[in-house]
Order: sequence, then structure tokens, then C-alpha cells
Amino acid sequence: MNKVGAVLVVGAGIGGSQVSLDLAESGYKVYLVEKSTSIGGVMAQLDKTFPTNDCAMCIISPKLVETGRHHNIDLIINADIREASGDAGNFTIKLTKRALYVNQEKCTGCGVCGQECPIEAIDTFNEGLSMCKATSVKYPQAVPLVYYINLEKCIGCGICYGVCKAKAVEYDQTDREIEINVGAVILAPGFDEFEPDSIKEYGYSKYRNVVTSIEFERILSASGPFAGKVLRLSDGDIPRKIAFLQCIGSRDMKRGQPYCSSVCCMYTAKEAVIAKEHFDVINPTIFCMDVRAYGKDFDKYIERAKNQYGVRYIKNRIASILEMPETKDLKISYETEDGKIVEEIFNMLVLSVGLNPPKDAKKIADVFNINLNEYNFCETNSFNPIQTSRPGIFVCGAFQGPKDIPETVTQASAAAGAVNVLLSEVKNTLITKKELPEEIDVRGQPPRIGVFICHCGINIGGYVDVPAVTEYANKLPNVVMADRNLYTCSADTQTIIKEKIKEYNLNRVIVASCTPRTHEPLFQETIREAGLNRYLFQMTNIRDQCSWVHMHEPENATEKAKDLVRMAVNKARRIFPLQRMTLDVTKNVLVIGGGITGMVAALDLAQQGFETYLVEREKELGGIAREIYSTLEGDNVQEFLSDLIKKVKTQENLNLYTEANIEAIDGYVGNFHTSLTYGDKKIPVEFDHGVVIVATGANEYIPTEYQYGEDPRIIRQSELEEKIYKSPNELKDVKSIVMIQCVGSRNEEHPYCSKMCCAEAIKNALKIKELNPEINITILFRDIRTYGFKEKYYQKARQAGVLFIQFNDNQEPEVKIENGNLNIIVKKPDVGDISIKADLLALSVGIVSSRDEKEELAMQLKVPLNDDNFFLEAHVKLRPVDFATEGVFVAGLAHAPKPIEDCISQAKATVSRACTILSKDKIEAEGKIARIDPTRCTGCGLCVLNCAYNAIELQEDRRFGTIAVINEALCKGCGACSGNCRCSAIDILGFTGEQIFAMIMGRE
Amino acid sequence: MNFEPKILGFLCNWCSYAGADLAGVSRIQYPPNIRVIRVMCSGRVDPKFIFTSLQVGIDGIIVMGCHPGDCHYLEGNYEAEVKFKMVKLLLNLVDLQDRVHLEWVSASEGVRFGEVVTNFTESIKKLGPSPLSGENFDQHLFEKLKAIELAADGERLRALVARKRIIMEEGNIYGEKISQEDLDEILISAIEDEFLRQQILLKLKNEPLSVKDLSQLLNIDSSVILKHIISLKARNLIDYDKIEGITPFYQKL
Repeated sequence: MNKVGAVLVVGAGIGGSQVSLDLAESGYKVYLVEKSTSIGGVMAQLDKTFPTNDCAMCIISPKLVETGRHHNIDLIINADIREASGDAGNFTIKLTKRALYVNQEKCTGCGVCGQECPIEAIDTFNEGLSMCKATSVKYPQAVPLVYYINLEKCIGCGICYGVCKAKAVEYDQTDREIEINVGAVILAPGFDEFEPDSIKEYGYSKYRNVVTSIEFERILSASGPFAGKVLRLSDGDIPRKIAFLQCIGSRDMKRGQPYCSSVCCMYTAKEAVIAKEHFDVINPTIFCMDVRAYGKDFDKYIERAKNQYGVRYIKNRIASILEMPETKDLKISYETEDGKIVEEIFNMLVLSVGLNPPKDAKKIADVFNINLNEYNFCETNSFNPIQTSRPGIFVCGAFQGPKDIPETVTQASAAAGAVNVLLSEVKNTLITKKELPEEIDVRGQPPRIGVFICHCGINIGGYVDVPAVTEYANKLPNVVMADRNLYTCSADTQTIIKEKIKEYNLNRVIVASCTPRTHEPLFQETIREAGLNRYLFQMTNIRDQCSWVHMHEPENATEKAKDLVRMAVNKARRIFPLQRMTLDVTKNVLVIGGGITGMVAALDLAQQGFETYLVEREKELGGIAREIYSTLEGDNVQEFLSDLIKKVKTQENLNLYTEANIEAIDGYVGNFHTSLTYGDKKIPVEFDHGVVIVATGANEYIPTEYQYGEDPRIIRQSELEEKIYKSPNELKDVKSIVMIQCVGSRNEEHPYCSKMCCAEAIKNALKIKELNPEINITILFRDIRTYGFKEKYYQKARQAGVLFIQFNDNQEPEVKIENGNLNIIVKKPDVGDISIKADLLALSVGIVSSRDEKEELAMQLKVPLNDDNFFLEAHVKLRPVDFATEGVFVAGLAHAPKPIEDCISQAKATVSRACTILSKDKIEAEGKIARIDPTRCTGCGLCVLNCAYNAIELQEDRRFGTIAVINEALCKGCGACSGNCRCSAIDILGFTGEQIFAMIMGRE
Repeated sequence: MNFEPKILGFLCNWCSYAGADLAGVSRIQYPPNIRVIRVMCSGRVDPKFIFTSLQVGIDGIIVMGCHPGDCHYLEGNYEAEVKFKMVKLLLNLVDLQDRVHLEWVSASEGVRFGEVVTNFTESIKKLGPSPLSGENFDQHLFEKLKAIELAADGERLRALVARKRIIMEEGNIYGEKISQEDLDEILISAIEDEFLRQQILLKLKNEPLSVKDLSQLLNIDSSVILKHIISLKARNLIDYDKIEGITPFYQKL
């Protein structure tokens, strides 16, 4: 069977987009199929994201633009998959592309059709809170920006056909059948929200001021229906008191889903904080069972919500909701901590709805012939969380289980990593490479500028006097021709631009139209095809930032357009060709850390033929996993581990160094050089490599509290696990076991949750109950954080008779040894002290990372550690396994505490991220970067401090002494160094001081 | 005739420029006085750009970047904030501080972009035309602004600004963190010093002057002038020119 170097990605949310970009960058042809009309999924609907309060649209939109434009990604919107046949390596996919009734190639997204459309339909992007037209686009920043006609609403008046100057409206368009051939499939269809209509008590859709959390997200959003004002729906007032109800449709056996939806605790805290930020008069209250803030820096966020924003938490489910007939306020009754029932009035109620499997999950399973789990999510296992039951078909994101954005992005890259392993031999076989003419040498030529001014149908031409602007442009210095076009971005205009470049011998091109954020690359490509360097292009925005925003003052708008064109001409006269430096890539990998994470990554990379160096500090491989026998789900860890170690030791291209000590890592992306010693004889080796994966793990906390170490009956959870598996006889005479949670976690010294300890305790409790149901087990906890499907085991443990007793954050249990008896005392405000006699006390200790162990490596790689001594990734949400320093990645416990399946996901994710570099023979650096004038540089080193990318170094120069040198491979061209340079020695190519001064002077 | 101010906006590509685009897509109407100069990051905005703009008679300048934490380049907007703070302090000295403004606008804040521009335009209208534009051109102020530009461009202020965040957040070379207030105090006194020194240098550029002359011209106590003359001399920027009677004169080197 022939393998095919193409991949089908189903679903284009943040997960599907990430997968597609990773694979497209790694040399695969990608078909990205989306059932709605634009990409971005749920993330595009969000206002902010936790725990950083990043604006969702700001961070996702560059990624979507990149996905939409990538030459290896074929974006198929408004499509359904009908059939998938074949095997891993070679599948045939049949799909139907539903008609948009608008020609995707011709539509420029100008939006006139939508404005003129007389029909209003419900805007699903705004969760039904506002109206859109029958002819519409999903949201203003949609990718692709293509309008479509909602046939259910369209009355066929024909107005849009008439107003569309691009002639893109096609009422007779029909559905199209498409067949594609791919080597692998990745399912990323996401989730659907739980619909709370079915639970009458919450009053959703009956009481006007009860909304779901996703509706509230749109209410908060600056681009939402209320433009960011928090208003309630009954009367448009600001709600002073908002109640958030947790676990709506989650952890609810009877009325919803039994599992935990994983993300609601955090998104609710975020929504409460943001609401408070919008209007200080708002007082949010959150009703919840446990606060499940188990992710990196989540607990700190909750603490901020409570202490800084005054968000009130009430740990109880509510008893009833009643609407007050006059005010439409909501009366909620609930039980307080001391057992009293009270009533309280709120102005608005937000239901934190859970994540359900996609509505069409069963259909997806049928089409792809994969298994679903008991909750209708995709079935996977702990040791390979991205593999479906059918080889060659992978899964990522919420379809695998409820998860947040970084975990989705991680899994997306992990799935891409698995595809890399499967299809590496057919990499680069189906991607297109464009042949471009030699660049024309424009050195020494006076600027000959061509200006193309766009009417954009009537979008610009309707308000700005385009002929007058054209005439004006023609008279500006160095402008040899100015022309106007109906749509400058249309395909025929690209041909015109190329012809004009030839005819007038143009060496600078300006387009005055819409925004460079979306359209600059298109025009740059056009002039490049005509032989001009792509940096000889300038764009000025006379639509989004002129005609559209000054619609009622055409004269002023025209004057402004002239100014903007003049400023662009001023800059264009001073622009010059820039080269994108290319760098060779050494296709070798250094993986630091020989635990599960490091071994999985090393194995996956070596299997693709990359020379891989796996470095472990200790003598034995396996890391912290050596002390784990089983996962909560019952998978055998030791078997998996020994199998993995065996594979690592026999894998071709995998060089293993144990008892190793890294002496130095020099260089940068594509070109690192490492020297180390290994073995008890300290044998030195040196090698080159293109990327680095940091998987150095972390340690189990060794407690100093609860008299640990003073009595053999007081042990750590891992010691208990060892007894269960190695010497169960020791448990024969045990009658009572007490476990204490959060030992060394969520306290002042370690203010974070270790994510896995709740699961560890429940795992051991269940196993012991299996061995001997007579043993009494009591778990003392603060919050039980069995997120996702782990909730099932919490329920199981309760059913098996494990006793769970909650203690307050500031009232830790006490351990007393009297007359040889071990007693644990818990303080409960409602019932007084409880004393439990125990034969064994198991401490659920957290995961800690030591600065001493990590600091040297952090310095060698120039990557940061966070306050808790874990490595800090480039971006918490969208670059979870990348460092800001290019070519260096992080995975596993080195990043934050997490269970094995998450470590494996991250390991595989780093594989994909590494492949985006290793799959290329050369990498191209950005052209618009910083440049240092060595004659002016005094080598003070300030710029080195200011650079967030470690792209500047001080070097000795024979002529100039110590000077700063830019590493062109690492520089992103942000300019932070330039504005600070005390000698004005740094300039930014493409945005030079001279060019910007020319623009300032052009503002007349 | 109504006063229509000339306004320049420096917008970062990733958030504010996108926010401005969204304002367009949403057809938010705002006054047409602003001309936008796109930069990749607000951190790119060199204080010089602002001073030059003021010198050529721009009535108002607004810099916009990503909200704190949102920077596409990790922390460029923090750099922008630090630089801008210095610009404000400097412009305080010549009462032009209200003509410049820094604002964070995200990619989803189209409406807010419109509001920000409208409010800024209104505030500039209230201030009236720049004293450096048109017929009422104030040569004296222009010279002072020139001195400010030179001060901002000088090594001392740039060095202070460049290190400010590191010293505040990560600690100085002794591992101590210095508070924002303390650093601001240092910065303000440096700004006042440098401003005065640049004014002195500008005056000396035209003709040799004595401490008393300078004191009169700049309306500053002569002992203060002397202090700065000493440090300028130490930096080899000025030297003695001649001595008339008992009064030495200084010249710019």
C-alpha cells in the first residue's frame, strides 16, 4: 500500500487550526474541513481566557489568518464528511461541500450584501443574543471572510445580487461532492454545550435573567451584542448581584452527565473577575461543590478572584430559584455552611454549563468507524491519549474529553506528532512549491512608485472620492503611475499590478485599500511574482480606518485618504529590499530527561530517522514513574515503562547517555552544539543538533509535616502504593487507613495544585477496597479535583464505602500518637472535632521542582522558570510546549505537575513542534528585523536585557570592541531594543526611524 | 473657522491596529483627524517619534498597544509604558503633556477604539492648536522641546528607562528590587537635570555665555546653573571660552 503525504483534519477550532499549521509546516498537505462557514470555533467566541485574562480574539486571530493563508492548507468550509474508507497511510474520504450561494473565490468579504439584506436572522455566533442578516458572515474577523446566504431565511429578493460589485452572489449554486486521498485523519470536532432547558428548576429560557455561561461570555465581549457592557436581558440594567451556578449538566447523574467538565470552575472565576472589572458595582457569587483549579497557576487565579476582586464562593448547591414577578430578580435559597437554609435575591443568574460531546459524535464514529466511550466522547487510553480505536485516525481537543485551550493545543500538536511518525517517509511529497522569477536588482535606481487605489465596490468609493485621490497620488514625488480598481484584491487586478510593474518599470508598489493585517501577504506575493522584492511594498488602510469610520463626512474622509497615501508614498521612497536570511538545519535532537516524557519524545523522533540524543542524569531510565504502578484508570504503568525502556535501548538513531552531565549548550534554532560527560567514567561527548526538548521532570515532595518520618505508620501515598503492589501482606492486619490530601500543595510554600494527588488517593483507596473491602478508608480533603472522566472513580470510591471528609483551608487535620495509637483529628465547624483512629496514615504529597536543579539548565538554554520553579512556556494558552527561545521545547513535569497521560500528550506535542523545524532543510528568518550599527554601538548591553527572545548577544569585535550583535534567526522585529538604545545604534528594518520620520513629516 | 487638530496615532499591529480595523468593520464613526502609523509593537515607539511629531506642529499624538499581558511580543507593551511615562514626565516640563496619550486597545475593542479616538480628539480640540503650529509658532517653546528631545535621546535617560522594568521586577545586580516610586523619583530628577543641561547646551551653541547670562536667559538660579555647568564640563561637552573681568564664559564643544 502506498502511503499518502496528506492529512484530513476534521473541525477547525483552535485544535484543528493548530494541527493543520503544525502539519503544513512539517511538509504535509492538509485538508481542513469545517462544518460551519468559518474557522475559530468556540475560542473565537470567548471574551478573555484564564488564567492570564488574555483577549481571546487578539491571540487567536493571527493564528486563523495564518491557517487561512497557508499554501499547504486547503480549507474546506461548510462541509460534511460522508465516508472514510481505507487504512492507516491511505484513506479515501468523501465529503459534501454545502452551497454558500456566494462564490468563495470572488467574494471579497466587503459586507455590502449583508448591509443591504432586508431579512434579520438570529446570530448564532452571539448565542442568539443579537440578530444578523440572512446574508452574513459568522463574525467580523472571520477566516475565510466569505459571506453566505442562509437559505432558510432568504426570501429571494435579489438585492444582494444587485449590490455585489464583485458578482459573487450565485443563487443557483449547488452542493458539491469532493473526494480526497489522505494518509491520516485527525478528528477535532470539539464539543457542544450542555443545554439547560431540560432541567426545569434552573428556569433557563423561562426566566429572562438566567443565561448560560457561553451567552455571558458574549455579553462580556467587547465585540458582543452589548459591546462589552454587562447588562441583564429583562430590562438592560447592570446587574449588581450575579450568581453563578456550577456543575450545570456536569457531575449530575440524574439530569446531566456524570463526568466533570474540567473547565467550568476556571471559566466561571474568569467571568466573575471580568464582570467585576467591567463594572465595579457588580458583586459576583459562585455556588459550587469543589473548586477544581488544578492547572498551572489556576489556584493563584482563584485566590486573586477571592481576595482582589471580592468574588464570593459558597460551597453548596442551591435548593431553588424563583423569579420575582415585579423586578424579574431571582430569589435563590441555599444551605449555608452551618446548615441553615437562607434566601437571597440576585439580579442575574449565570448557569455554568458543562461540555457535552459534539451532537454528531455518533455520526462521526460511524463514518470513521471508531469507538466512543461510555459518555460518547472518543475512546482513547492513558498511554496514547490521541490514538482512536482505528489506526491512522487520531483525535485531539474536547472530543477526547472536556479540556481547556492549552490542553487542546497540546493535544493538537501531539496528534500532529503521531501523524509525523506514521507518515514521515512521504513527507514533502504533496506540498506545492512555487517557482519564482529572479529578483530584479533595484539598487541605485531612483524610486519609481506605483499606487493602486481600491474602490472596494462602494465600500471606499462610496465615501471617498477615489478619482480625486488617484489624481492627487499621481502628482506626488516619485510616483510614476496611480490607478484605481474596483477590487484591488481580486485575481484579475493581480495580473494588472504585474503588468503595470513591467510597463512602468516600477520598483515600489503601494496599495491603498483595506488592512495589511489580512491583505499585505497577498500583494507582497504578487509583486514578488513580478520579480520585485516583497519588502518593496507598502499598504495604507483607507477603508477600515477611513471610509468606514467617516461615512458622514466624505470631504474629510477624502482629505484623510490623500494624507494616508502621501504618508505611504513618503515611506515608500525610503524603503529598500530586505532579505530573509536562511539557516541550515541540523536534523538532530537533544532530549533532556529520561523519564516517560523524554523517552516518548525521543522514541517518536528517532523512529522518523532523526538522530536523537537522550540524556538522563541518573543511572536508570524512568524517572518518577518508577514508583507508580497503575493509573487511576487501571493501566499498568510498570509494564508500559519497561516496554518503553526496552524500545528506547534498541531504537535505531537513538543515542542514550545516562549518568550524564551537560556542560554546555551553545547556538540557536537549527544549530545547537552540546557537550556533556556520561557514565561513571565521565566520558566526554559533543554533538550538533537542531532542537532541544526539555523533559527534566520534577520530584515528589518529602513532607516535614504530620510527623512524617517519625512513625512507620505514617507514609507517603507512593509508599502505600508500593505496599499494595509489592507486599499486600503488610496490609493484612490493617483495619483503618486515613489519607490526607494537599500535603505540600496549595500552601504558602507551594501555592499550586499538584493535579494528580486526588487521583492517586482514590486509586489506592479503590485498590485497597478491592483487596479487602473491610478496611475503613477515610480521605481528608479540601477540594476533590477528579476532573474530566476521573470523576467516575470518585463516585466509585464513594460507592465502595470510602469516607470523604472535607477540612477547611486554614484548619489542617492534626496527628496525635498516644499510647501507641495513631489518631487523626479533623475540625468541623458544624459538628465539632472528629477523631479517627488509623493503622496507616497516607500523605498525598505534591510535586515540587527545585530551583537548584533547574537553574543551571535554564541559564544554559536562556529559558525562564516561574515562581514555583517550573519552566515557563512562551504563551500559556497557545504555545504551551514552546519556549520563547525558538527551537527549545518543554514537556512533562518540568512544565507543571500533571498525570502520565498529560505528560505523554506534551511529549508528543514537542515531537510535532520539533518536526516543524526538523522537516525543513533550511529555515527562513523574518526580514523585518533589528539591525545594529556597530560604529555607534557602545556595547552597554541594555538591548540584551530588553529582548524577550534572547536574540541579542554582546560580542567582541576586532574593530569596534564589545558590541551587541543581533541573531537574525531569533529576532522577531518587535523593536523593543531600538526605542531604548542609548546610542541610537539599533534600527528596525521595515520600520526604520528614517521611514517613520518620513511618515510623521507627511502628516500635513 | 473651527479648529481641526492634526492627530497622529502609533498603533501596534496585533491588537490596536486590529481594533481600529474592527471599528471599521463595525462602522463605528469617529472624527477624521487621526492618521495612523502602523508599527509592529508599541515598544517600537521611540520617544523621538513623539518629540519630532510635536516639533513639526502635530496637535496630538496617541500611542496604542495591547493590553498588559496580551503583547504579541511577550512584553513590548511594558517597554512602551515605561518609555511613555518618561515622555509624559518630560513634556510636563513644557506643559505639552496633555497632547500625548497612551492607551491599550485590544483586537475586539472596535467600539472602544472609536471612543478613545473621539475622546482624544475632543481633548485636543479643547486644548486648541499646538503652540508649535501655524502663525502662533512659539520659538522659545520649540527650543525647549528640542532640549527635551536631546535629553530623551541622551544616554542617561535611555539607560534609566531601559533598565527600569528589570530593576523593578527582577532586581538589580545586587538582587534588590527598587519600587516604582523610588525609581520614578530618580527618573524625575534625572529628567529635570538633563532638560536643563540640554537647554544650556542649546544656548551655548549660538554664543559663549556666562553663568549669569544663562541664569537670566533660562530664569534659573545661577548656583543651579553652575552645578550643571560643572557636570557638563566634566563630560567634556563645554569648555571655557574667555574670561571677562571676573566672569568666565563657556562655549559648546
